[in-house]
Order: sequence, then structure tokens, then C-alpha cells
Amino acid sequence: MKAALRARNHPAYWAFVVHRVSGILLALYLPAHFWALGLALHQAARLDAFLRWTDQPLVRFGEWGLVLLLAVHLGGGLRLLALEFLPWRDWQKSLAAAAAALALVVGLAFALAL
Amino acid sequence: MSVLRVRVWRGSAEGAFQAFEVPRHASQTVLDVVTHIQRVLEPTLAYRFACRVGMCGSCAMTVNGVARWTCRTHVDKVARGGALEIAPLANLPVIRDLVTDMREFFDKWARAKGQFSGARSRADDFARVAPQSPARQDVDAAIECIGCGVCYSSCDVVAWNPDYLGPAALNRAWTLERDERDAARVERLRAVAGDAGCHACHTHMSCSERCPQRISPTAGIAGLKRAATAAALKGEL
Amino acid sequence: MSVRGEALLWAAQRASAALLALCVAVHLATMIYAVHAGLGAAEILHRTRGNALWLGFYALFLLAVAVHVPIGLRAVLGEWLGWRGRSRDAALAAFALALAWLGARAILGVFL
Repeated sequence: MKAALRARNHPAYWAFVVHRVSGILLALYLPAHFWALGLALHQAARLDAFLRWTDQPLVRFGEWGLVLLLAVHLGGGLRLLALEFLPWRDWQKSLAAAAAALALVVGLAFALAL
Repeated sequence: MSVLRVRVWRGSAEGAFQAFEVPRHASQTVLDVVTHIQRVLEPTLAYRFACRVGMCGSCAMTVNGVARWTCRTHVDKVARGGALEIAPLANLPVIRDLVTDMREFFDKWARAKGQFSGARSRADDFARVAPQSPARQDVDAAIECIGCGVCYSSCDVVAWNPDYLGPAALNRAWTLERDERDAARVERLRAVAGDAGCHACHTHMSCSERCPQRISPTAGIAGLKRAATAAALKGEL
Repeated sequence: MSVRGEALLWAAQRASAALLALCVAVHLATMIYAVHAGLGAAEILHRTRGNALWLGFYALFLLAVAVHVPIGLRAVLGEWLGWRGRSRDAALAAFALALAWLGARAILGVFL
């Protein structure tokens, strides 16, 4: 396991792992997100109750986690679009850091807004 | 004199690591270590090498989990606490011990249409290719591949997707895609597009990290993605 | 799937990604604003209901999501679960429709 990690311990690989894991988690979250909002259609009372539930600190923390997942997936995605469509340059590697920085900024902004 | 504790893979797909103690010298390469084991300690050890000076790529093996040319890997750089683990290249069937069957690697090269296909005859004038043209610079950046298999062995998509052509084959296809003399462009794009080809690359960039020739197959594969997609949109595929 | 089909899936993935980059940026900014301003459910719905512009925006957002998410999962299912072939594509098409339907319900509830 350690040997397997050693060969993969470089920025582009971590960028891939983060991008894929965040994508999977978001894909699992989205149906629930849509369903909850759909409650607004016919079950306003349930939506109210649901939104009051989201006021809890643990849920707030979860929301922040989701924002972070989204920001991280977006940052990684922008990096991929740059790698695949822009002319190849040597500073491609620093795109991973730029993507991470962007995600962190968004995460902070959300956290501070709370 | 200090001693290296070396574990070497013995067997094929089934097998185990065998431990050896090898005298440690200054300026010692991993190939020196393997050679010492076979000549002095265990004559039945099977391994490949040829030039031993970093030109042929035959001595590629997995050293402490990382694919490398063993003749160009100094022990000092990789021995952690005086220990080394040497295994055959990953993602390839193992014939015996440190020797892999590279047929699939080269078969994929052929499947990717990695051969030049010209349109001129001896009756035509020479092709004129400007060395500084962007296309030729793309070719030059990728042309020095010697088919050592390090990139293929380092690629997770190769491990996850048995049909995936792999970085070396796709890199060679890229050099031909950018070769203005080549006449088989559409057939080649058809060969390298799709789930078994360039579109399956997830930009892990382990190939570019590990290539001893400092080639970046990822760059070429990105170019193939663009070219293949354009061809698909135009209905050429 | 044909090679041409796979190449077009890849293109759709990247195109939807580019669109999503814009939509997600707007969505995140909106969420951060809403949380910062302390807007409750009633307030948010008051602003969104009957708003054709936001309805159009989120409809476009949903379309991009319904394209992007299943194609993204396709690679994961193939590479990490070894699930390939027609059954995988059929399952993902169904997932895309389910996402679109749930999302449409949400949009109708919030914007109509």
C-alpha cells in the first residue's frame, strides 16, 4: 500500500482523486437536494420543517462541506479544461495549486458568511 | 562495509519476494544490485538488461513501488533505510521474476496506428518540414520514446481498463497526428478515440512524471482528444 | 458504444462542464449572499416565485447537470466497478431522466 502511494504522490494525481471523489459525493447528494426543494411544490409545511432542521449546527457544517465539495470539483474541472483545451505549457502543474486555492477561497467565503 | 537488504520478486503472477543481502558501494545503481544477486547469490534469477547506460529502456522495473530504469537509478536515491524492493513492471503479465511479457504493450502501439503512413513515392520531391513549425515542435517534444514501458506501467487507467491503449501508444499516435507528411490521419483518429483511447485519459499525469525521456504523454493525449473530438463532430469518425 | 458515440459523450461532458462553471459560480455566489443576508425560506421563495429569469437560469443549470453527472459517473462505474456495456448506459440514461425529473419538480416548486 505504501509502495502504491509512493508512485502516485504527485500533485496531478491528488487533483484527480479529489476531483473524482468530490464528483461521486456530489452525484449522491444531488437527488436528495432536488427532492428536498421539490417539497416546496406541494408540501410547504414539510419544507418549512426541513429548513428548520437545516438550522442545526451539524447540518450547517454539512452544508459548508457541500459548498467545499462543489468548489473543489469546480476548481479541478477548470484545471482540466485548461489542460485539455489550452496550449500546453510547463506551468500546468501549478494549475492544481491554483484550483485548490480557488476552492479554499470559496469555502472560506461561505464559512464567513455563516 | 554496509549492506543493502533487498527483496526481489520471484515467480510469475503467483510468487513471493525473496530476501537478499547485497554489499553496498558508492555510486551503485539498482541494476548493479540485481546483477550482483544473479551472479553471486541466486543464478536462477531472471531479469532483462542490455545497454546499462540509459539508452535502451530494457532494464525498467518497479523499484520501491515506482517504475524506473534500474541502470539509471542510484541506490542512494531510493534505498530507504538501506532497504530495496524490486519487482517487475506493473500492468504487464510476468513471465518470470523480473521479466514481463511486453507483447500487449507493443500490440497496443500497433492498434493505435502508431506507424507512419506516407503518400509520396520516390518520384516525388522531398517533403519540406520546417523544424520550427508548431506541428514539428510538438512532434520533436514527443518523438524520443524508446518504448521502455515505464509510462504504461505507471498508468492507473491501464490497470483499470484492460482495453486502454496507454500513454506510449497514444504518444506515438500524437507524433504522427502532428506529422504533416502522414496520410492516415482519419484512420488513426478512429483508432485512438473513445473509451479504449485518448478519451479515457484522466490526466493523472503519472506517465509524464515518470518518463525517463521527459516526454509528457498527457500533452499529446490532450491534443488527440481535441483532434478526435473535432473529427467526431465533423462526422469523420 | 461506437467510437464516435464515445467521443461525442466526452465532448458533451466538457461542454456541459464549461456551462456548469458559469452556473455553479452564480449559484455559489447566490448561496453565499443568501446565507450572509440571513434569508429564510419564506424570504427566498418570495424572491424566486414568478421570476422568469431565475427560472430560465436554473432550467439551463439542470440541463447541464443532467448531462454532466451521468457521463461523469460512467467512467467511475467502468473503471472502479468494472461495469461496462449496454446495461451501464441504460442505467445512466435512467439516472439522467430521474435527475431531470426531480430537478424539474424542484424548479417548479421554487420558481413558479
